[in-house]
Amino acid sequence: MMRRAARRLLLCVCLSLAAAYAAWAVDPTELPDPKLQARYVALTHELRCMQCQNEALADSPVDLAADLRREVRDQLLAGKSDDEIRAWMTARYGDFILFRPRYSLRNAWLWGAPGVLLLIGALVCWRVVRSRTTLLAADHEPLEEDGQSG
Amino acid sequence: MLPELGHFALILALLLAGLQAFFGIAGPAFARDRWTSTVTSAVAGQAVMVATAVVCLVTSFVGNDFSVVYVAENSNSALPLFYRVAALWGAHEGSLLLWILLLAAWTVAVALGSGRLPPRFASRVLGVLGVVSFGFLLFTLATSNPFLRLDPPAPDGRDLNPILQDPGLAVHPPILYTGYVGFAVAFAFACAAMLEGRLDQNWARWTRPWTTTAWSFLTCGIALGSFWAYYELGWGGFWFWDPVENASFMPWLMGTALVHSLAVTDKRGLFKSWTLLLAILAFSLSLLGTFLVRSGVLVSVHSFAADPTRGIFILVFLIIMIGGALTLYAWRAPLLRSPAGFEFGARESFLLFNNVLLVTAAGTVFAGTLAPLISDALKLGTLSVGPPYFNPTFMVSMLPLVALLSVGIHANWKRGRLKDSQRTLLYTFVAAGVLGCGFVFGLHAHAHLLSAVGATLAVWIVLSSLVDPIDRWRRGLTLSRAVLGMTVAHIGLALAAFALTSVQSFTTERDVALAPGATAKVGDYEVRFEGVRPVEGPNYEAVGGTLVVTRHGAPVAVMTPQKRRYWVKGTVKSETAIRLDRGNNVLLALGEDLGGGRWSIRVQIRPLVSLVWIAAFIMALGGALAASDRRYRTARAVATAPEVTGAQIG
Amino acid sequence: MTRFLLPLGLFILLAAVLAIGIRHSPEKGIIASPLLGKPAPPFSLPSLSDPAREVRSADLKGHWYLFNVWGTWCGECRQEHEMLLQVQRAGVVPIIGLDWKDDDTQAVAWLTQLGNPYQLVGTDHSGRVAIDWGVYGAPETFLVSPQGVVVYKHVGALTPDTWTREILPRLSGLPGGKS
Repeated sequence: MMRRAARRLLLCVCLSLAAAYAAWAVDPTELPDPKLQARYVALTHELRCMQCQNEALADSPVDLAADLRREVRDQLLAGKSDDEIRAWMTARYGDFILFRPRYSLRNAWLWGAPGVLLLIGALVCWRVVRSRTTLLAADHEPLEEDGQSG
Repeated sequence: MLPELGHFALILALLLAGLQAFFGIAGPAFARDRWTSTVTSAVAGQAVMVATAVVCLVTSFVGNDFSVVYVAENSNSALPLFYRVAALWGAHEGSLLLWILLLAAWTVAVALGSGRLPPRFASRVLGVLGVVSFGFLLFTLATSNPFLRLDPPAPDGRDLNPILQDPGLAVHPPILYTGYVGFAVAFAFACAAMLEGRLDQNWARWTRPWTTTAWSFLTCGIALGSFWAYYELGWGGFWFWDPVENASFMPWLMGTALVHSLAVTDKRGLFKSWTLLLAILAFSLSLLGTFLVRSGVLVSVHSFAADPTRGIFILVFLIIMIGGALTLYAWRAPLLRSPAGFEFGARESFLLFNNVLLVTAAGTVFAGTLAPLISDALKLGTLSVGPPYFNPTFMVSMLPLVALLSVGIHANWKRGRLKDSQRTLLYTFVAAGVLGCGFVFGLHAHAHLLSAVGATLAVWIVLSSLVDPIDRWRRGLTLSRAVLGMTVAHIGLALAAFALTSVQSFTTERDVALAPGATAKVGDYEVRFEGVRPVEGPNYEAVGGTLVVTRHGAPVAVMTPQKRRYWVKGTVKSETAIRLDRGNNVLLALGEDLGGGRWSIRVQIRPLVSLVWIAAFIMALGGALAASDRRYRTARAVATAPEVTGAQIG
Repeated sequence: MTRFLLPLGLFILLAAVLAIGIRHSPEKGIIASPLLGKPAPPFSLPSLSDPAREVRSADLKGHWYLFNVWGTWCGECRQEHEMLLQVQRAGVVPIIGLDWKDDDTQAVAWLTQLGNPYQLVGTDHSGRVAIDWGVYGAPETFLVSPQGVVVYKHVGALTPDTWTREILPRLSGLPGGKS
């Protein structure tokens, strides 16, 4: 009864283990060095679980996530840098595995959005304030005094 | 028989909504007063029909009528009664019915409260609400009918999704939707003004209480959702910037801007076209949110079952409603210019900055949420956006807003006279710095700079907000509910800013593997694992862990997190145990059976996290107080400034 | 005043993006593989039929092959099985199987009972090879060229439609029907 489209979306149903879980993962991995542990926690929160609908590796209970977490742990212990680990992951799964979009020209519009919006906002503010301060001179209407500031 | 009755009631509701829309808009347009006067009857009729449909569906659930497809897919005979009723909105079709019910409720409220409105204007408002109702009813009947029958009936149901089997289900969706849908009222007021070709300060005064009330509900709804996620989903997080969460947050941001813009329009007749646009955008974002979570275009933890057909329908509806409103806007807004002025340091300026920052924040969340879609459509590759993007970019617009609030609150209308408040500003800032930083570094010597900044700004807001009320009180003046509400809401914001910037700093979290009798030390607490034992529930069987929690050796609590397996769906769900101990939230969750009696257990100590939700509820309370101010219900005593109006029709 | 038309203009753009989004949404579950056009990840796995022997990617160079990821725990793989048998009977291209995170005994029983469409089956208990190939769900099927380059990836059960429109044309040296 499930449509082809719906079936494709629910690939994780294939893994009966995953389908049975409405839980997240408890991950008692503890790396010997606290700095490495901190990087481990950060990386597993930054990488997406590829089988789930919007969960991080750190939170996902499925086998694939456990395998990938183990991979992160092994690579950290082998001395790889965060960038190297991310590159390793994206070489296999593409940029979709990253929750933090790459800092690249292609994504410039996304990372630049807040700045651009603020600039536009500043421009709007400047124009409005300029025109209203000019109008102030001719505005002799008394303020509606209901004694309140709100 | 009942499902057929419900189905028929929906069809009648559709017809009545159509009449409501037609008479509501065409009546004033063609000066047919007889049409205009039938609108309220259509409103009442539609509401009765929708209520009938809801009652029919609820009865089917309570009576375990598994010949109804929706009941068969979302309920079960072993499901406790409470959840059988709440399951009504547990999936797509039923939640749409909830939407429609709440829209009908809001429409009835507006009809009842429209006594002071000019009849033609009121009729237009109800007419626009009728258009929205019509669209949703048509969508429901055409693509998402909850009354479809199963022949032969299922022997039993597939049970409600275990994650939803929680008291949170009873409150979060209804309250959230009340807010979400409530922005339709502001939208309707805006459209009515545009249709009429006139928008004045009276219009702003009429619109304010409706908008603020809807905003309060939405604030509560989002807070409840976040709280529910925290204790129900159990990963200890309360906000993931998931598309569905963003779908409710964007209208909230826009709605906050709208509430503030309405204040300026009410007080000075300024920012009319901005207010109009914000009213359109707030509801548009509500509609867009509905689209995003039901059409399958985005990947999300809690989207409803995706269906492109539904997506197309909603998209067409969006184009008609939003496209139509924005066309009206392009036509009417140019005529709304007011000649009023204000100086740079005036309250109007600060409210302008406030709104620009809120819209920037909304735009950022919008960009991040739709980025995968945009990137895919423009063939820029597959993109995925999560907290690592949203957290920093959201701060970029929010921190300045929080900082400016403390300054702006001292500014007067029209002529800011900030010079008079220079000393107050200085003293309050210094006091805030001392108190804020002192508290943060006192609690945690290695706190992040961000926490210190957040705490300082938060205390500054609280101190600044209290200056005027305390001054009035000392002078024996009354404090209106509107100003009281504003103060309370701003204090709520301050608390939220503090909580959100500090929570991460102060959290201690460890996942540990423990054998029975073993103890783990996390933060100031010790957790001793006593083992697990089987537990039987009404429609599940569980494994319950017993954990003894102590703090520096002194006993705190015995906590029993569970791992439940629901019989019908076979789903496994973790039930966390949460305990509040001197402001710390201690969260314990069972992980996996590691063999040999050992279990992996998540321990999370989170001071202050409850403050996030308490702060949100305080904000909502402030809104409710402000909306209930009597002045919104009395006619304006002073004549308003001369208007530059467009041509009037009807 | 054109600036009042700006919101409407932006909205029309948004609507266009959303419309494209809906059109693409049946493919939402499918992430474009970064391996396309790149050399197939090398592997060396124990053979299912004889764990002492190895199934190696190096041995497979020089001719086309399909690389199919499956497991006995996977329901959709069960549904795909008939199609794979048809492909095998057609004799156009061999199928190399990757038995992903599975139990060997159950896998042997499965193939005995349902028929074996695979020329060779390698067992991946650790999941390492599957990760190297960017596998995120079963079943998945890759088409590898004689030069050892991944030219096509299909996510989900293999269908007759995919076989005729995507795989066969590529085998004959033509570009695929839809990308």
